[in-house]
Amino acid sequence: MNLGSRKLFDHSLTGISIMAIILMTLSLLVLLTPIFSRGLGAFIFRGTSEFRRLSLEQFNRGEPREIADEIRIVSAARRPVYEMLSAFEDELEGMDPSRRQGYRAQLKEIKSLLREMLGPLPGELEAVMLRQQYGQTRWDRAQVKLQRLLFSEQWDYSDTRSMGKKVLVPRQRSFAGTRLEPLFPYLKNNLGKMLRPRLVFYWRFLTDISMDSHFFGGIWPEILGTFYLTLGAMLFAIPFGIIAAIYLSEFAAGGRLVSLLRVCISTLAGVPSIVFGLFGLAFFINTLHLSSSKSVLAGSATLALLILPTIIRASEEALKAVPHTYKEAALSLGASPLRMVLTVLLPAALPGILTGIIISMGRAAGETAPIIFTAAVSVGQPLKLWETLSQPTPALPWNIYNLATEHQAVDEIRHVQYGMVLTLVLLVLLLNLAAILIRARISKKMRG
Amino acid sequence: MIQLNQPSIRPVQDPEVAAESGMKAHMACHDFSFFYGDNQAVKNVTLDFPSYQVTAIIGPSGCGKSTLLRSINRMNDLIPGSRTSGTMLFDGQEIYGPRLDVVTLRRRIGMVFQKPNPFPKSIFNNIAYGRRLHNHLDKGELQATVETSLKRAGLWEEVKDRLDDNALSLSGGQQQRLCIARALAVDPEILLMDEPTSALDPRATARIEDLIAELRGRYTIIIVTHNMQQAARVSDFTAFLYEGNLIEYGQTARMFTKPSEKRTEDYMTGRFG
Repeated sequence: MNLGSRKLFDHSLTGISIMAIILMTLSLLVLLTPIFSRGLGAFIFRGTSEFRRLSLEQFNRGEPREIADEIRIVSAARRPVYEMLSAFEDELEGMDPSRRQGYRAQLKEIKSLLREMLGPLPGELEAVMLRQQYGQTRWDRAQVKLQRLLFSEQWDYSDTRSMGKKVLVPRQRSFAGTRLEPLFPYLKNNLGKMLRPRLVFYWRFLTDISMDSHFFGGIWPEILGTFYLTLGAMLFAIPFGIIAAIYLSEFAAGGRLVSLLRVCISTLAGVPSIVFGLFGLAFFINTLHLSSSKSVLAGSATLALLILPTIIRASEEALKAVPHTYKEAALSLGASPLRMVLTVLLPAALPGILTGIIISMGRAAGETAPIIFTAAVSVGQPLKLWETLSQPTPALPWNIYNLATEHQAVDEIRHVQYGMVLTLVLLVLLLNLAAILIRARISKKMRG
Repeated sequence: MIQLNQPSIRPVQDPEVAAESGMKAHMACHDFSFFYGDNQAVKNVTLDFPSYQVTAIIGPSGCGKSTLLRSINRMNDLIPGSRTSGTMLFDGQEIYGPRLDVVTLRRRIGMVFQKPNPFPKSIFNNIAYGRRLHNHLDKGELQATVETSLKRAGLWEEVKDRLDDNALSLSGGQQQRLCIARALAVDPEILLMDEPTSALDPRATARIEDLIAELRGRYTIIIVTHNMQQAARVSDFTAFLYEGNLIEYGQTARMFTKPSEKRTEDYMTGRFG
């Protein structure tokens, strides 16, 4: 190859590498940007007067007198809405039945949207569910409701050659001439006065319990559950993992059985996590009866199995990377093999072992499949420590899945879901950062 | 008996003479062989190491000198598939006997390696390591041991203000003297040195050689070296190994002037090796 073509070849390689890095960065940004921007929406948003009322009544937060004043102000702003409603209901009585029927259905829809926006209508019975007792606590959600109240969705099938088209029809048009007509411009112009949005920094999202299956409140039970599960998994996996690694790297003779053992461990590392989940159910719950049903204990044990191969391999590599000369020095001074391992080998291998542990910790915190059958429930209270032996718990990864797919009102609580995702991502990121820092610190200390 | 604090006693002419003059060799091998699998690395060596003297083992690469040295404190145990035959006696006790406690053996036989290998710990903890293994000493005793050992290894003046520094921050020569101090801290009777200066520059080498001269008479020192000048400078006795066989063994002064074997002479004059 002559000089020119070699240079061209080198440059094209550099170009491809740079392209790859840029692509990776971009895709990471595409992934992380919505997680951060929408996840922050769970913490920082415009809270309405309903949010402050809820905080006072449910969590006993805020200045009662101020909130009472505010309730008075928003009630005054809402009064015309209810007056228009009752006036229209009176008007309905005098209409001919066929017209009345059409309006009744629409009115029902409007009333339900008003309830979701502003809370129960005056004179109604006390609702059972918390979400029916309060209006929208978030201004962004209130505006979505307003939009649905101002426009009704209809389908246009006039063009027979293509599919039906969705069109938004202002409701005001269908109520033209009735006493409800002024409701729509009034709502549009005065919603701010009825809900008084203020920017809040709701950091207690992390420490509040969830209320009415995540309609209100925070994600503390999930965070605590994740913490318990991860901690439990570590308690099981770290001692077993390190002891196994010491055995494999120091004491196991190179026989066929040991090679088989190594193959098994590698295979175990590649088993899909859902299989671990099912195994956990079959073994820890149905066979060993660790608990009568799902529990944190069973979930931790399952997660421990999942991360055990990683810890063993990482620790084994770290132990093997310790210079042979350290071992010889310790042995030549009369250390027994065990003393040598404890006093020289383990300390020297610590950075590598810790890295393996913390990376597995991130994995354990984020795994969903193993805890579906063994530990996770969608709604629950924060557990006391001893309750982890017998009680199931909500946990971040499982509840993200749950909120995204199985919740009865997925759209209403998107922000909670994003908040959970952000929390989990930050948690794992922090763990990995900690791994890097600890590793750097210990390595520096050892290098002198 | 030899007085420990009189390093200048040198009554010996020859190993045989040494034995006659009451200097019992407490390290001796008889018809000793060492095998790596089928490969016999040390072949039927019979050798008495005179007490409190410096014995050098020389020979070309791969002649089995390191293997012989490492057989003395059973460091070769770590190698899978290795075995021995013949006897290796330490104070009349069979080193490869079934009832021997390797831990005690290695406490009494210290070793210094080819490359300085301090632990990635503080200087103090490096020296104290061996002591902590064998006795429960309080802090004062431990400090005294560390100081004595460092002084014996000639390192005290250089490190006394930085005992808490990491040992790996020392220079190569200092690290090697630290390793010697670490070996001395457990009060061994024999000190094995496996090419202790091969990784050091000439100045550090000279420093270690001076140290060996200072330690002579206090410890039985067996040193493997590549460097014949070094053997001539530091040792009282020299054993020449070639392809696993002990070719010649005698007083260093005689070996280097009038070797009785042709092969010894050839090696020393650089005709092979």
